[in-house]
Amino acid sequence: MNENKTFLGYDFVKGFIKENPTFALAVGMCPTLAVTTSLVNGFWMGVAVIFVLTFSNVFVSLLRKFIPDEIRIPVFIILIATPVVIVELVMKAYLPAMYDILGIFVPLIVVNCIIIHRAEAFAYRNRVLNSAMDALGSGMAFTLNLMVIGAIREFLGTGQIAFGSAVFPKAPLFEPAAVMLTPPGGFITLGVLMALLNIAVARVSKRKTTQSQSG
Amino acid sequence: MEILGMILAGVLINNFVFMQYLGLCPFLGVSKGLDMATGMSGAVIFVMTVASTVTAALEQFILKPLELEYLRTIAYILVIASFVQLVEIFMKKTLPGLYQALGIYLPLITTNCAVLGAAMLNVTKSYGIALGTLNGFAGAVGWSLAIIIFAGIRERWKLMDIPATLDGFPLALISTGLMSLAFLGFSGLFGNLLK
Repeated sequence: MNENKTFLGYDFVKGFIKENPTFALAVGMCPTLAVTTSLVNGFWMGVAVIFVLTFSNVFVSLLRKFIPDEIRIPVFIILIATPVVIVELVMKAYLPAMYDILGIFVPLIVVNCIIIHRAEAFAYRNRVLNSAMDALGSGMAFTLNLMVIGAIREFLGTGQIAFGSAVFPKAPLFEPAAVMLTPPGGFITLGVLMALLNIAVARVSKRKTTQSQSG
Repeated sequence: MEILGMILAGVLINNFVFMQYLGLCPFLGVSKGLDMATGMSGAVIFVMTVASTVTAALEQFILKPLELEYLRTIAYILVIASFVQLVEIFMKKTLPGLYQALGIYLPLITTNCAVLGAAMLNVTKSYGIALGTLNGFAGAVGWSLAIIIFAGIRERWKLMDIPATLDGFPLALISTGLMSLAFLGFSGLFGNLLK
């Protein structure tokens, strides 16, 4: 087994840029689009994913020497389904309104590609602490993505952004475009964001090559 | 009439990809060519229809009488995972060419959230076994329709001059958005039929 002994800090940070779940790996698209009609929805979905991801990554990593290679996927699925049920029950009990909004996407975390991807690509090959950091990094990056997309869609779709009781701005500055809250709005927002990110990446790499040529 | 309405609703109005955001990973991943899209569609229609039947039966005969509804997520995903395994073994023996082409995507049907999503929707809408199966089938046909149309569009990209910024996922998402805008037009339709 190939054990990577990298820095814990790197395992945490790489989830944000190099292995960003949404923008670099393009995994977990369904919840990314489905629940991002507002910032708060994105936030709670993200929190649920962080919990599930950390739980499953830690247990996959702990059990990696005992899991037979041939049946690892079913084992992963059971290790993922357990925290999902926990999240489902806790959310139903303490955040019933949010549970209704997120709907079937809470139980569907079990088939979220991010989680099985991290289990297969990282936790199955690495030590427990590294796997936990990897899970926290990827999970927080995912939450951040959801919140950014949610905020953009909420702002364009309703003219305001609400977090708890705080609403900004007080009155909509423009006629809101309700289409942003519908599925087409979600697809197009994410597509445009990815395109913008591509431009930024191209700029940065261009600058780097010119620097290395001159230096 | 109700049956026809349900199929139309599943395929067009509540299309899994365009309206419910289900099964997007394989939708974006396996839609590069028409052959693969068609093969995947066949697998998904089979798995999703049978999985809907089996999960609805599981709900009605085991989970409900024993009051084990809180184990639904685990029970469903296990049933679906074993089913996919079955399809995989079957395909490997009978259709090796297709099996090679679908490669890693076949086991990924397990993580196709449309399959579990269909089963979950059947429960939340409390369809029985018969209607649940029908709903799963309609949803799968809708998903297949979406991926086949999309694969057709994507095949044409090869002949086009696409800006590097948009190449790949951004363009795929924007085109999906435009298609979903078109499907939004179905949402007022068949209103009388569904009542």
